Amino acid sequence: MPAEGLLAWSWLLIALPLAGAAILLLGGRRTDRWGHLLGTGTVVAAFVIGLLGTIQLAGLDKKSVGVDLFTFINVGSLDVRAGLLFDPLSAAFVLLITGVGALIHIYSIGYMAHDPGRRRFFAYLNLFVAAMLLLVLGNSFVALYVGWEGVGLASYLLIAFWYTRPAAATAAKKAFIMNRVGDVGLALAIFLMFSQLGTTSYAGVFGSIGTLAGGTITAIGLLLLLGACGKSGQFPLQAWLPDAMEGPTPVSALIHAATMVTAGVYLIARCAPIYDHTPTARTVVMLIGAITLLIGAIAGCAYDDIKKVLAYSTVSQIGYMFLAVGLGPAGYVAGLAHLYAHGFFKAGLFLGAGSVMHAMNDSVDMRRFGGLWKKLPITFVTFSLGYLALIGFPFLSGYWTKDAIIEAAFDRGDTLGYVLGGVAVFAAGLTAFYMTRLMLMTFFGPPRWEEGVHPHEAPPVMTAPMIVLAVGSVGAGFALVRAFPLGTWLAPVFGEPKETTHVLAPLTLTLVLVAVMLLGVGLAWLFVGRREVPVIAPARVSPVVRAARNALYADTVNESLFMRPGQWLTRALVFFDNRGVDGAVNGMAATLGGSSARLGRAQTGFVRTYALGMLGGAVLVAGALLAVTAG
Amino acid sequence: MTLTYYLVLAAMLFTIGAVGVLVRRNAIVVFMCVELMLNSANLTLVTFSRAHGTVDGQVMAFFVMVVAAAEVVVGLAIIMSIYRTRRSASVDDANLLKY
Repeated sequence: MPAEGLLAWSWLLIALPLAGAAILLLGGRRTDRWGHLLGTGTVVAAFVIGLLGTIQLAGLDKKSVGVDLFTFINVGSLDVRAGLLFDPLSAAFVLLITGVGALIHIYSIGYMAHDPGRRRFFAYLNLFVAAMLLLVLGNSFVALYVGWEGVGLASYLLIAFWYTRPAAATAAKKAFIMNRVGDVGLALAIFLMFSQLGTTSYAGVFGSIGTLAGGTITAIGLLLLLGACGKSGQFPLQAWLPDAMEGPTPVSALIHAATMVTAGVYLIARCAPIYDHTPTARTVVMLIGAITLLIGAIAGCAYDDIKKVLAYSTVSQIGYMFLAVGLGPAGYVAGLAHLYAHGFFKAGLFLGAGSVMHAMNDSVDMRRFGGLWKKLPITFVTFSLGYLALIGFPFLSGYWTKDAIIEAAFDRGDTLGYVLGGVAVFAAGLTAFYMTRLMLMTFFGPPRWEEGVHPHEAPPVMTAPMIVLAVGSVGAGFALVRAFPLGTWLAPVFGEPKETTHVLAPLTLTLVLVAVMLLGVGLAWLFVGRREVPVIAPARVSPVVRAARNALYADTVNESLFMRPGQWLTRALVFFDNRGVDGAVNGMAATLGGSSARLGRAQTGFVRTYALGMLGGAVLVAGALLAVTAG
Repeated sequence: MTLTYYLVLAAMLFTIGAVGVLVRRNAIVVFMCVELMLNSANLTLVTFSRAHGTVDGQVMAFFVMVVAAAEVVVGLAIIMSIYRTRRSASVDDANLLKY
């Protein structure tokens, strides 16, 4: 139904941060003094609009509001209207993006206070928020794609924010290229929809998807999944996400933990009507999620870089969400609830990590931390709450949302369900292990600080968002699962939540999960907390640890499978171009030039030589004439 | 009186002229040899004109003479100016215009 009242103005959600980015980028240095305030203001304003719009939406009977804006593309039979779709799903994402986004903008005011490029940073952050809101609010796949590319661009700009560091520039390029691999899949899926259905709007595609052949639907589903894998750092495109930690920490918190990387989950949840028709693609989504959550958890156990551990944890947690949305109707709500809870606690953890780095002269090596709980009390408390939420400590966020996913996996009731559930339980244990290891190495034990480091607590402008996010980490799970169930709110999108018969009694599963969590914590204490942590990582380690330190050789595989053959191909092409194409052209020119130079020697300047030539020529012509006429 | 004698005479004159052009160095002599070749051609034209009983060949011969007269004027002028600048009338010395 068309929008009325405030919802008709929901385009402001996108326009405000976009205008902020434009003003800050075009305004140049004269906006340096107040640029961060404008950047934060636009996002806070967007949050208020989003909140009021959501309240209005809650009061409507039909919970799906369209805002038609203008004709975007009109060529032949392709008619794409630029429009927004405000429904419970997009409203949930809008609140997450603008809410967490606003908190991280506020935090960045303090975090980037001494950076000369702070205005540019806020401009890029605003650009990101605008693109991300377009991604979730667009009412067609084309609008989604524009937002999708926009967040990719913003992510690239922000990873390479400190572009003078070679590592950051390389990481940004890596992220951009691996995202392009996924984006090709998404683009192909949209092409396929247009060629088969003649439309790219959500309403049109979802309304007529059932008329297609099964194979075509599966192809669309798998191509969409490829796009989602690229953006969300899922297997086999997960390698870019940990490298993306080269960007400033607020970027890691906002883009590479809470919002952008969850776009893949949004895409698959939004395309639920497509996946309803293709169990094959849905199973693949599930398997990708299970593989990724295991890879991320294993790699997270071995790194010493605090941000990389959190990055692999993000990869792993998004794996859980993929597993959930791959489970179908039973998992959508669980997956999105986990997405929400994860947005809170992972953003809080990253901001905490940023606060620790702030205190430790931007060091990220956990082997040089230790004993920080006394020096950074607020960071310690907020970080601990995020940690407990992540490992699924009873009654905190992760406990409600992650357990729901694992429960849904077991509820499939078949062998695959048991395998996936088992993998998820195992990875939950690993999660408890690596996060406890991180906590022990960072906050406990004797200080192993480098010389000249004097840890100090961050200013209130940084700690306040951390406190808010910590409260979210504690309460979000209970709020979304029990108090204001997300399932009821999302019912207009995914259908009413129905009572399922549980394979395992919920209490049994909870006890198992708590036991596994305690086992992980205990093992971490046994391996890390009980002994002295060496300042330099031990070189002699088992093959398992070595594989985990190399993130299960994902980069090696990518390099040997794609990068090297690509280099060979380009080298062969350059050789062919230089020797083959250029050789033919240059060779012909050289032949002509050489022969003309040789022919030129005939011009001796002696008149009598020319006369002889003329005579000879005349004799030849006469002889030829005679031969022709006589013969 | 047969045609052959005239034609053989013309051929001999032409050959003498051609050989003179090729072997002599003095520009004036070369020039005279060229004139000899032109006149041998004229003789051939007139001979055939007579044999066929038409005047075409004679007309052509007049044209050749006119052209030859003009050529002499231009040619001698060039030879004179070359001789004045280079103090030589040898055609082999005037070989600057080459590759």
